[in-house]
Amino acid sequence: MSETQSNYLNHEKGIKSWLTTVDHKRIGIMYLVASVTALLAGGAFALMIRLQLIKPNNTLLDEQFYNQCFTLHGVIMVFLFIIPAIPAALGNFVLPIMVGAKDVAFPRMNLASLYIYVVGAIIALAAIILPYCGTGWTPLTTGWTFYTPYSSQGGNSMYPVIIMTFAAFTLGFSSIFTGLNFIVTIHKLRAKNMGWYQMPLMLWALYATSVLQVLATPVIGVTLLLLAMENIFGIGIFDPDKGGDPVLFQHFFWFYSHPAVYIMILPGMGVISEIISTFSKKVIFGYKAIANSSIAIAVISFFVWGHHMFLSGQTTYTGMIFSFLTFGVAIPSAIKVFNWTATLYRGSIDLKTPMWYALAFLFLFTIGGLTGLYLGTLSVDVLLHDTYFVVAHFHYVMFGGTAIAFFGGLHFWWPKMFGVMYNEALGKFCAFIIFIGFNMTFFTQFFLGTTGFPRRYHSYAAEGFENAATWKSMSAFSTYGAILLGFGIALMLMNLLLSLKSGAKAPRNPWGATTLDWETQSPPVWDNFPGDCPELHKDPYTYS
Amino acid sequence: MSTSVDKSKFLERNISHHFADADQEFDSCKLGMWLFLLTEILLFGGLFVAYVVFRSWHPETWEAGAEHLQWQSGAINTAILIASSLTMALAIRQAQLNDKKGTVLLLLSTVLLAAGFLVVKYFEYSHKFELGIFPGTNYIYGGPHLSNENIYFSIYYMMTGLHVLHVIFGMIAIIWVTLRAAKGHFYEAYYTPLETVGLYWHLVDLIWIFLFPLLYLTK
Repeated sequence: MSETQSNYLNHEKGIKSWLTTVDHKRIGIMYLVASVTALLAGGAFALMIRLQLIKPNNTLLDEQFYNQCFTLHGVIMVFLFIIPAIPAALGNFVLPIMVGAKDVAFPRMNLASLYIYVVGAIIALAAIILPYCGTGWTPLTTGWTFYTPYSSQGGNSMYPVIIMTFAAFTLGFSSIFTGLNFIVTIHKLRAKNMGWYQMPLMLWALYATSVLQVLATPVIGVTLLLLAMENIFGIGIFDPDKGGDPVLFQHFFWFYSHPAVYIMILPGMGVISEIISTFSKKVIFGYKAIANSSIAIAVISFFVWGHHMFLSGQTTYTGMIFSFLTFGVAIPSAIKVFNWTATLYRGSIDLKTPMWYALAFLFLFTIGGLTGLYLGTLSVDVLLHDTYFVVAHFHYVMFGGTAIAFFGGLHFWWPKMFGVMYNEALGKFCAFIIFIGFNMTFFTQFFLGTTGFPRRYHSYAAEGFENAATWKSMSAFSTYGAILLGFGIALMLMNLLLSLKSGAKAPRNPWGATTLDWETQSPPVWDNFPGDCPELHKDPYTYS
Repeated sequence: MSTSVDKSKFLERNISHHFADADQEFDSCKLGMWLFLLTEILLFGGLFVAYVVFRSWHPETWEAGAEHLQWQSGAINTAILIASSLTMALAIRQAQLNDKKGTVLLLLSTVLLAAGFLVVKYFEYSHKFELGIFPGTNYIYGGPHLSNENIYFSIYYMMTGLHVLHVIFGMIAIIWVTLRAAKGHFYEAYYTPLETVGLYWHLVDLIWIFLFPLLYLTK
């Protein structure tokens, strides 16, 4: 069969063939479009936050609108972008091909997951827009964490909270469906001769992610259900006025939301393992250590949620235990970083665009991870909690980690997805701009945080206190960085989109990678492998 | 069983293109359902944690609250659900033996038993509503009660209400497999939907078996 004859993009035509498809590759592409759209929307809110903080006493946004901006930035980025971006978009596309199957185990459930995601996004949109449609409701300003009692006040502020929590509840189903599908696919549909330790590390990472999605998401579901009932019936579980316990809400919330940050970062770690090995042309160092550390992260991450509540009225002993366990979860992450670095050592490093992102990841994730240890230390957390230090740490892990890995993975698999090569020079330039813009934005925020700049404040004074000059210059610098970062992302997306029109045709395996996905044609045929499913002839990462 | 199957009574079907054989499909579906059951356990798990926390704070309220529940109704419902789990399991057995009529009759009895559970629950709820025993701030019961009894009933309504929703969803699923069984979809070589719906139904039963003593028998 000729390479141009038939592939998953052209074997059926028309909108309807996309909307009713059960092909994991098409579903992955639709997830990709949806999550990049969410990235742009969430990014717009982030820019508004930064523009408000560019100078002291700024009046660009009022308090209410500023609070909405950071709430919507958080909700959109967490639930609509970072959680689905790598597993549901890239993962959906590559996972079945990497295991050597023709599709995921439950293709219709996979499509259902996409539809539920879209419905959830529409409900979220309704929660944002309806307060402005003459309903008299107070817009949503709770932050993405929905802490009680602020989120359980009843009255006019309760409807957006109820609708938004319902949206998150719905999106949870979508996440569970994807996770469930991946676990079954990895267990039951692996290629002949592919044992667990012959799987590419991306699959280990996606497996660990899926376990977290399946086990943690139901808990946020029941939490948000109780929060909605608190608003509707005043059930008195979380609201102290009615006999409830607001700290219990935080326990429930973080029991999901801490594992959720590993739902966000683990697939990114999988992408980085693939890229680093491929572009070092060297068998990955410590395969088993990287594989098992994914599982270790998944397990330990369930026991660290209390470090979000060191200052919320937990007992000191509880705090000490959670602090200890938090240091524990850093170990498997560090194991990965050491192994990636060791893989680079004496490798034949090929500095293509995905590798630029992977190297950026190593720098940024290491900074993000180490600053996490500061915050996990009880006494230090007292000073840094609720300052910009937390914001900087979180973004170094989530943006410097996950989003950068997502961009790297996008460039890595782009030739496979669409059969075209993007402009390499421009790709590297964008990676560079994003790296610089990111560090300008967030490195400054570590200094803002250590000088006491509080999170979630909509304005700050120009003078009259010790750090006034630092705050003023650092905040402005951070905003300039954010603009540069936004520019870099826009340029990167443009480069990718332009390649669809004018990019050179991609060969089967442009990077010389070794996993099964690169043995298919680019783009793959409708059921991935013509004829029978392939057998595995060699371990992953066997170059030569 | 050595008797040969009359294939004309049953529907021919092909396995999906991405499965190698029928066993792989069956195993995958079963694993998928087990994972879904895990999510259900964690969903209810949140409520069980809330139960433990509030009971440890207000143990006397829990005893007083349970006084308002009729343990007899709870016991009847426990018996009903256990019986329905039995009929569900037997229905799968009859499908494996290629007994279409038996499968359908047993599935119908499962649906009827589930409906019986809902009828008992309906009388329990309406009795409490008449007394003004509503959850949380809507609690307007006039008789003697402790100050936190409304929270006991918040948890009672949340747990049993979520469970009732699961019973209703289970009934819909069982009716769906009953219709398919009547059309001759299930026989010894293919009964995957029966098996997975059965697993789900046993979990719904199992959750009630925990709810009954925790809520009704606290004294």
